[in-house]
Amino acid sequence: MSDWPLWEVFVRARRGLSHVHAGSLHAPDAEMALRNARDLYTRRQEGVSVWVVPAAQITASSPDERDAFFDPAADKVYRHPTFYDVPEGVQHL
Amino acid sequence: MSSPHPTAHVDYLLAVADDALVNAQRLGWWISRAPQLEEDVALANIGLDQLGQARALLAHAGQVEGAGRSEDDLAYLRDERDFRNVHLVEREQTDFGVAMARLLMVAAWQSHLYAALRGSTDATLAAVAAKAVKEVAYHLDHAGRWVVRLGDGTEESHLRMQAALDAEWPHLEELFDGSFLDPALVADGVAVDPATLREPVLSTILAVVEEATLAAPRVRPAVGGGRTGRHTEQMGYLLAEMQHLTRSHPGATW
Amino acid sequence: MYGNDFGAPSDDPGREATTQVLDVFDELLAGDGRVEPRDAMPEAYRKTLIRQIAQHAHSEIIGMQPEGNWISRAPSLRRKAILMAKVQDEAGHGLYLYAAAETLGVDRADLLDQLHSGRQKYSSIFNYPTLSWADVGAIGWLVDGAAIVNQVPLCRCSYGPYARAMVRVCKEESFHQRQGFEILHTLSHGTPAQRAMAQDAVDRYWLPSLMMFGPPDDDSPNSAQSMAWGIKRFSNDDLRQRFVDMTVPQAEALGLTLPDDGIAWSEQRGHYDYSPIDFTELFEVIKGNGPCNEQRMAHRTGAHSDGAWVREAATAYAAKAAARVSAA
Repeated sequence: MSDWPLWEVFVRARRGLSHVHAGSLHAPDAEMALRNARDLYTRRQEGVSVWVVPAAQITASSPDERDAFFDPAADKVYRHPTFYDVPEGVQHL
Repeated sequence: MSSPHPTAHVDYLLAVADDALVNAQRLGWWISRAPQLEEDVALANIGLDQLGQARALLAHAGQVEGAGRSEDDLAYLRDERDFRNVHLVEREQTDFGVAMARLLMVAAWQSHLYAALRGSTDATLAAVAAKAVKEVAYHLDHAGRWVVRLGDGTEESHLRMQAALDAEWPHLEELFDGSFLDPALVADGVAVDPATLREPVLSTILAVVEEATLAAPRVRPAVGGGRTGRHTEQMGYLLAEMQHLTRSHPGATW
Repeated sequence: MYGNDFGAPSDDPGREATTQVLDVFDELLAGDGRVEPRDAMPEAYRKTLIRQIAQHAHSEIIGMQPEGNWISRAPSLRRKAILMAKVQDEAGHGLYLYAAAETLGVDRADLLDQLHSGRQKYSSIFNYPTLSWADVGAIGWLVDGAAIVNQVPLCRCSYGPYARAMVRVCKEESFHQRQGFEILHTLSHGTPAQRAMAQDAVDRYWLPSLMMFGPPDDDSPNSAQSMAWGIKRFSNDDLRQRFVDMTVPQAEALGLTLPDDGIAWSEQRGHYDYSPIDFTELFEVIKGNGPCNEQRMAHRTGAHSDGAWVREAATAYAAKAAARVSAA
């Protein structure tokens, strides 16, 4: 018999931080998934907020597309502040 | 107005504590036996909450009593007739539907009880209740969701959930029987008259039963007696198992 | 973890292990990089990982039983709470690991089926019975201690999801070993009967714990490949030695004796010597002839089949609820 659907769990460790992927679990529906996530991933006060997402709903980039996706960013060094020369003595820039 | 007898105060604390302790003892059975691994984790959490409530209340009962008894003395060295829990929590439960029916009833009861006890004039009891009320809200939510899923799930689960509810229901009334309680304790604001909780507890439970497409059982209440130490035969075995190691080594520390 | 972040190999011809993608894989490993779920990988690597992670997950959930056996009888309420939390953690660890295995394109339900039908194994240590309360201490100290020695290197395993699961497991596992040590320390400083109970438990669990590291290196055919793949970082014998070196001084602190007259510090090697291990028993237990093999499997399959109606009901309810939402 097939199992309950898979859900991905994201936990906000504390206020001021983003939710971070913590793991996954199986649950019959979203309500139970949220509660299972609370029981499984925040037993040691690891979180103040939880998201669950059906794993099937995540669209991920493929490793095969990695070069096309991510390599073109490599030569855009001018996006980084360290690219620019700042004359000595100039502050707050 | 006469002031309550000190043993009445202790007995009341033991009643609340023993419900939680015996409930935790039965819930512990499920860890490694739940229908799905996620549920093993959930039931262990609930069991741990119940055990935590029991420990705090037993420790406090020992202090109020003033005879130097610790939480462990009270849990391990009392005999069956001295336990004050209701029959509802002590009976065996090896069917998940029964476990959820019972958890629904216990959690609904504890939710209203602890909410009221937050205002107890016994400051320690009020503090324990204030912490516990949040825990049992989660237990109620958990049991409620399962009762709804089993009641409104498959044909088989509907029948089994109804049977479970029917089996547990006769033991519900015992919770509301305050005849064991010294009225002075209620007058002093230490305890809550259990009869006053009957309507709210029933309405909480019935809302779930209705959503679960189940029928409220029409059954006569079972004869109780747990609050005065008259238990079912299963209680003796529960205690024999729980206490045997501690009692085999008198005075030992663990 | 990263649940859908994989495709079944047959669905995704792009992941076929062509020479070109294998070069990328080899390069990744050579640079001590991490392999992530949707990366191309040799089929043998994938299968080895599935087998190892599943076996590890099965061990966690079967491992709930020997200690769960004492939850109802724990001798103090504090010990009862600790033990419940520990056995609960084991269910949690099983779940983290099944999730890691699922990133490799297998379904947890299938892995459980393989456990239930005996096609996949779990650690043989859990086929020994817990005969006294001290066994709970010995399992925490020795069995979890050995598991930690085995598992800490896995936090750097080449497969990302497995490594991340192990980081979480190891963090939680350290409380397990300490509570076991504390149980034995209390018993060994308690009454003569308690002390005897503790020594008896250590006597029974010492050799099975050493066997947890697997057969000797000469006799471990898959080890070399696993090390080349970065799934395994140290050999069985190296890990076993590390465990012995760690444990001998702890036994002294406990005031308990390890049941091996051959244990002695070797100045020359800089390690503790110990007597050669007769692995006959381990192989018998693996074959299914241990004291509790049948009992553990019956308990596990019983829970699974008793719960079938509950899982089906929840699935049916979810379908009804979804239909109600779309009808509204």
